[in-house]
Parts: sequence; C-alpha cells; structure tokens
Amino acid sequence: MTISFFVLGAAVLLSALAVVLLRNVFRAGLSLLLCFFGVAGIYITLGADFLAGVQVLIYVGAIGILLLLALMLTREAARGSPEGRLVVPAAVLGGLVLVVLGFAVWRTPWKVVAPALADLPSPQPTTEALGLGLFSLEGGFVLPFEIASVLLLAAIIGAIVLVMERK
Amino acid sequence: MGLGHYLLLSSALFAIGLYGALAKRNAVVVLMCIELMLNAANIALVAFSRFLVGAALTGQMFAIFVMTVAAAEVAVGLALIISLYRARGTVDLGKIDLLKW
Repeated sequence: MTISFFVLGAAVLLSALAVVLLRNVFRAGLSLLLCFFGVAGIYITLGADFLAGVQVLIYVGAIGILLLLALMLTREAARGSPEGRLVVPAAVLGGLVLVVLGFAVWRTPWKVVAPALADLPSPQPTTEALGLGLFSLEGGFVLPFEIASVLLLAAIIGAIVLVMERK
Repeated sequence: MGLGHYLLLSSALFAIGLYGALAKRNAVVVLMCIELMLNAANIALVAFSRFLVGAALTGQMFAIFVMTVAAAEVAVGLALIISLYRARGTVDLGKIDLLKW
C-alpha cells in the first residue's frame, strides 16, 4: 500500500505539473488524463472501488475527452499555452496555499479510527453501501440527487443553446 | 500511510491547479486546472471518509456530487469557450477584454 501510494502520488503530482508547465496544450491534455488515472488509483488505495470506476468513466472517459476535443476545436495548439503576467503572484499564492494547508493538516488532531491504512478494518465493497446511503429514506441523499439531475439537464440544454449557430 | 499523507497530496494537487488557473492564458487550460482542483478536493473527501470515525461513506457521496457538478461545469464552460472562440477568434484570456473600459 505504501509503495503504491507513493508511486501513484508521484504520478499524480508529476502529471499535474506537466499540465501547468508544458507549452504544448495537447500534451498538457494527455497528462491531465494520466493524472485522472492516478487519482483513480489513489481511490483504490483508499478502498473506494466504485468511485475509482466512476472516476475512470466520467473524468477520463467524458471530461478528459471533452477537454481534448475543445483543444482541437479552438486551434490554439499552434500558439501553445503561454503564461500571463500573473506567473509570479500565482506561484507565490500556490506555494502559500500549500504551506498553510500543510500546516493545518499537520497541526490538526484528527479523530482517526487508526493512524495508518494498514491498521484500518479492511475495505468492504462500497457500491451497495453507496446506493443504500444515497437512496434510503432516513438520512439519504434523494433530494440532492434529484437536484443534481435537474442541474445536469439544465447544463446540457445550456451548452446546446450556447453553441447553436445563429440563424 | 496515514490521513496526513493523503491530505498533503490533495493540498499539493490543489496548489498546482491554483497556480495553473491563475497563470495560464489559454481558457481551456484554465478549465483543466479547475478540474485538477476539484480532483484534489475529492481526494481529501475520500480520505476523510476512510479514516475518520463514523464517516459512513458520506465523503464518497460528496465526491460523487462533486463529479456530477464538475461534468456539468465542463460542458457549460467548454460551450462558453467555443462560442467565445467563434465570436472573437481566440481563447487567449489576455485578449478577452470586453469589460475593460
């Protein structure tokens, strides 16, 4: 588990760095796909099997491909992905956020079940538990689920309206 | 391998995404960096749901909702970018200054 976490974590961080540092936007998009795969692996190390599958389906299969298509449609690949005038402030702010979050993570006394992954109870299949949790009447998430459906419908209709050819 | 390791990974990914979203000039790349930040939040949520007392998979459900909203957001965002590209011929955020007076 430790080895897989470090390999996957390094893959996630390196591919994320490639997304923001590569000049070639298409290569940046492909590294983004690699990063999404790495995050799916991280979910597996956390025992979230269903979420890992959903991550690959939705992020790699839908969102990633949509982003690559948009890169191809906007023909900016030749001009690359230049940095704006905010590079230094953005880097400073990113570093600051990382330092502050790291400090907060380090200083917070988390009420964990066990301090290490190896001492936790072994992960159970989550699909059934997630389904029951989402749709149960007591403390379920039925209303948020329906609202999410309406949101997706509105987003699809809005996207279609936005890209319609003006007659 | 504790909770802190996962939260640090999540923080680092968030910081990288934040840098890219602020520093990049290509609108599609900025959208990609926003996706990186959402993934970072998801890693933190799933880690909390695994490690904390009485989590009962709530973190994973939140992650599912985050993914749903992310999918909707990308669809609308790319539609906006493509219609902007049709109108102005560029997705360079330095050149999109309709609101500058």
